[in-house]
Amino acid sequence: MALLEIDNLSIDYPINIGTVQAVRDVSLYLERGEVLGLVGESGCGKSTLGLSILNLLRPPGKIVGGEIRFKGKDIVSMKRQALMSLRGKDIAMVFQNPLTSLNPLIRIDRQFLETIRQHDPQFNKEKALKQAENILDALGVEKKRLYDYPHQLSGGMRQRIMIGIGLIMNPEIIIADEPTTSLDVIVEAGFIDLLNRLRKEFELSIILITHNLGMVAEIADRMAVMYAGRIVETGSADQIYHNQFHPYTYGLINCVPNINLDQEELITMPGNPPDLVDPPKGCPFSDRCPHVMDRCRNELPMLTERRAGQSVACWLYEENGEPPWKN
Amino acid sequence: MEELIRIDHLSKEFPVYRSLLDVLFAGGKNPMVHAVDDISFSIHKGEVLGLAGESGSGKSTTGRLILRLIEATSGKIEYRGKDMQEFSRHEMEVMREKIQIVFQDPTSSLSPRMSVGEAIGHPLKIHGIADKEERKQRVSKLMERVGLSPVDFLYRKYPHQISGGQSQRVVLARALVTNPEFIVADEPIAMADVSVRAMILELMRELKQEFSLTYLFITHDLATAKYLCDRVAIMYLGRIVEIGTRDEIFGRPHHPYTQALLKAVPVPDPAARRTEEVVRGEIPSAIEPPAGCHFHPRCPYAKAICSEARPPFKEISSTHRSACVLD
Amino acid sequence: MRAKFSPASAIGRPFKLLIDANRKYGLEWWLLVIGTLIVLFIIFLAFFPQTLAPYDPLDQDTGPQLSPPSRENLMGTDNLQRDIFSRMIYGSRTILGVAFSAAIISSLAGVTLGLLSGFLGGVIDRILSLIMDSIYSFPGLILAIAFAAMLGPGVFNITLAVAVIYIPTYFRLVRGQTLSIKEELYVEAARAIGAKRWTIIGRYIFPNAIATVVVIFSLNIADAIMTEAALSYIGLGLPAGIPDWGMDLSMGKKFLPSGTWWMVTFPGLMIMILALGFTLLGEALAEILNPRLLER
Repeated sequence: MALLEIDNLSIDYPINIGTVQAVRDVSLYLERGEVLGLVGESGCGKSTLGLSILNLLRPPGKIVGGEIRFKGKDIVSMKRQALMSLRGKDIAMVFQNPLTSLNPLIRIDRQFLETIRQHDPQFNKEKALKQAENILDALGVEKKRLYDYPHQLSGGMRQRIMIGIGLIMNPEIIIADEPTTSLDVIVEAGFIDLLNRLRKEFELSIILITHNLGMVAEIADRMAVMYAGRIVETGSADQIYHNQFHPYTYGLINCVPNINLDQEELITMPGNPPDLVDPPKGCPFSDRCPHVMDRCRNELPMLTERRAGQSVACWLYEENGEPPWKN
Repeated sequence: MEELIRIDHLSKEFPVYRSLLDVLFAGGKNPMVHAVDDISFSIHKGEVLGLAGESGSGKSTTGRLILRLIEATSGKIEYRGKDMQEFSRHEMEVMREKIQIVFQDPTSSLSPRMSVGEAIGHPLKIHGIADKEERKQRVSKLMERVGLSPVDFLYRKYPHQISGGQSQRVVLARALVTNPEFIVADEPIAMADVSVRAMILELMRELKQEFSLTYLFITHDLATAKYLCDRVAIMYLGRIVEIGTRDEIFGRPHHPYTQALLKAVPVPDPAARRTEEVVRGEIPSAIEPPAGCHFHPRCPYAKAICSEARPPFKEISSTHRSACVLD
Repeated sequence: MRAKFSPASAIGRPFKLLIDANRKYGLEWWLLVIGTLIVLFIIFLAFFPQTLAPYDPLDQDTGPQLSPPSRENLMGTDNLQRDIFSRMIYGSRTILGVAFSAAIISSLAGVTLGLLSGFLGGVIDRILSLIMDSIYSFPGLILAIAFAAMLGPGVFNITLAVAVIYIPTYFRLVRGQTLSIKEELYVEAARAIGAKRWTIIGRYIFPNAIATVVVIFSLNIADAIMTEAALSYIGLGLPAGIPDWGMDLSMGKKFLPSGTWWMVTFPGLMIMILALGFTLLGEALAEILNPRLLER
C-alpha cells in the first residue's frame, strides 16, 4: 500500500454555461520518500487535483467520483474533524505565490504559532518558537527573520518560510503547487537543492505540481503527465524525458529549450486543449496529434502499463510497438 | 555588420518612494534606484541580441529606454548613427514606425475595448498609412501570416475572447504592421504556456527571416536565450557584466555571475542534474547595492579590490567582454 | 403591473432566452426587467400622452372640484377641477425631460473634466479636484436650492441647477478610472506605437473608463427626479402652466387635512415609481455588467 493513493478521481466545476470536467478518472500513487512530478499546461487540471487531495477545492468545484487514500484511509469521505487534523499535520500544501499566501499583517513567528496551535491549542509558546527556529535553520534562513513581516522579506525567503510553515508539524507529504514561479533562476536552484535536502532529512514525500519541465527534472523520481483533466502518461523521470510513449509527452519534452543542447528547432503543437465542458468522445489529444488514427477519435484510451513502471493512455501501443518518432 | 542601435553610457535612476516618516526622520537626499547604471553596447542589423538577467537587473528598463517610453537620466541612444534624444518630432514619428516593442503580458498590452482588427490596424491609422480598405487588407494578411485564423472570425474578437497565445500573436502582428526594422521583445514568452512558447519562438524566428528584422530579446531564461540569440549580454543590478557571442557566453563564460547563472539554469533532463551547490545569497537591494563590483559579496573568487571600484571591462576577444578583474 | 413578457404569452426561442438569462443572472435580471418596464412605460407616456390621457392637463373643467377617484376621473380632480390622471401623464414629460437633460449635462461635463484632470494631472488636476470636492461635500438638495434660487425660475435654469450637483460624481468616478488606466500596459503600448495624447485619451482611456458611467447615469436620473420634484415642491421650479408632479404634490398638501388624499398620493406615487424604476435599472445593470467585465 502506497502512502497516498488516488483512485479514479473525478472533479467537476459547475459554472453558468455548463459543467467543466476538470479532472477525470485520475489514478496516481505516491510512495514514502519519493518525489512525484505532476506536469501539464494551464487548464490540464493539475492544480485542481492538488487542491482536492486535502479537500481544499473552492466551491462550486467538487469531487464527483473516486477515492483519495492516505495510509489506507479515504480523505474524500472524511469528516471535518479528521480532515482538519490531516491538513498541515500529515499533509501540507505550499502554494505558488508566497506574498499572497502569507498573511501580510501577521509577523512570521505568529504565523508559525498559529499553525501549531491549530492542531494543539495548548502548545507551549516557547517550544513552538524553538521549533520554528530549528526549521528556519534547516531552511537556511536567519532566526531573526521570525520577527519580520512578510513584506520585509525577499521572494526567496518568503518561499522558504512557506515551506517552513508547511514543515513545522512534520508532515509526511508536501504538495507544492508551482513553488518556484515567482523566483529568480538562482534562487529557484537553491530552492530545489533545499527540497532535495529536506526530503532526505525529514523523509518527506513530495508531490510537485508544475509546468516547469526544467525544474521538475532536477528533483522528481517519478512523473505523471496530465492533459485535459486526464493522466496521459506516467513513468520514472528518466523514462518520461528519454523514452516517452505519448505524443503529447513527446511534444511537451521537446518544445522546451535545453541549455545543454544545440537545438535546431523546437517541436510545436498547434491547436488548443479541448473544451472541458463538452469534451470530445475519444482521446482528448486527437485533434492535435500528428499520429492520430480513426480509433483515437472514437474511443478513449485507458492508462495501461507498457513497460516496467511506465504507463500510457494511447492507441498507438496496442500491439506494443515503438513510438513513431523513433524511426 | 551595420550598427543599428548604439547605447553609450546609458543610465536611468528612479527616485525611491519614501513615506512621510522617512522623509521627516531620515532626511537627506531622496535615495535613488540605479535601475540602469552606465551601460554601453550596440545592436547590429539582422542579429538577435539577448539581454539576460534576473529581477532588478535593469533589462526591462533598458528596453523601455531604447523606445523612449521613459527618458534616460544620462547617456546616449543612437539609432542609425543619430542621437535619438535629439530627434525632431518628425524623426520621432518615423522612429515609432521603425522600432517596436512586444511586452511580457499580451492580454494587458491590448485595450479591452478594441477588437483584434482595430488593435492591429491602429498603428497604420496613427501614422496615416493607407486608407480604411487597404488597412483592413494589410491587417488581414498579417493576421494570416502570424497564424490568427480564421481571419474574419478573429478580426472582430476582443482580447478577453481569445487565448493568451492568440493575444501574443495579435501583439506581434501589431508590432509588424508598420514594417519595422527593430523589435524589442521584453520577455514575450514568459507568461505563455509551455507549448505556446515554442510556437511563439518559432514564429518570431520565421518573421525575422521574412521581414529582415533585428531583435533585442530580453529574458530571464537563458535556455531560451541560447536557442534564439546570436549574442548575449548578461546584466546584474543595472550593469552589464558580460557580453559576447552565443558560443562565447554559453561555452566559455568568464564572469563569475554568468557562470553561476548558467549552472543554476534547470535542465529538462534528469540525467543532467546539477551536482554543485548554487552560489549563495540573493540579489541585494537595488537602492544600496554593494560597492565596487555589485556581485562581490556572493562571488566565490572575490578579492579585496572587488569591493573598491567598479571593475572595467576586460577584452577577452573582439566580441567578448567581461566586467571582472580576475583570470 | 403590466407583464409584457409573461411566460405564458412568450413562446419558443424568446422564452428559452429569458429563462436562460434568468438562470444566469438571477434576481438582478428580474430587477432589470421590472426597472426597464417601468422606465419604458413612463417614457411612453411622456412621448404619447394623448393615447392614455382623457383630458387636457390644463383643462379646468373636467369634473366637480376636488372629487375623489371615479370612473370619469381615474385619479380624481384637484381644486381647479383639473383631471389629476391627465396631469400625472403629462407631468411625466416635465420630470423626465428635466431629469434626463440634467443627467446628460452632468455626465458630459463630469466625464470630460474627469478624463482631462486624471490624464493631465498636476495643477489642473489639483484645482479641479478641489472644486469638485467642494461641490460634492455640499448636501445635494441644499446646493440645488441655492442654484435654483440664484438662477431664477424656468425650465433651463432648473435643469442646470440639478445638473451641477451631479458633476462631481462623474468627475470622481472617471478621474479615478483614468488614473488607474493610465498605468495599464496597453496605454504604454499605445505610446509605443506612436499614439499622441489625444488619441490615447480618446481611444484607449475613454472607452475603458465609461463602463461604470452607464450605471451611474441611470442612478443619476433617479436622483435627479427626486431633486427636481423637491425643487418644484418648494416652489422653486417651473412656471405654473407646466404640469409637474412635485408642484402638484405641494398644491395637494393644503387640501390633505380635509380628507382630500388623492391630490397628494398620486403625484407622490408617480415620483416614487419613476425613481424606483431608474434605480432598479441602474443597480441591476451594475450587477450584470460588473462580473462580465471581470470575466475572461
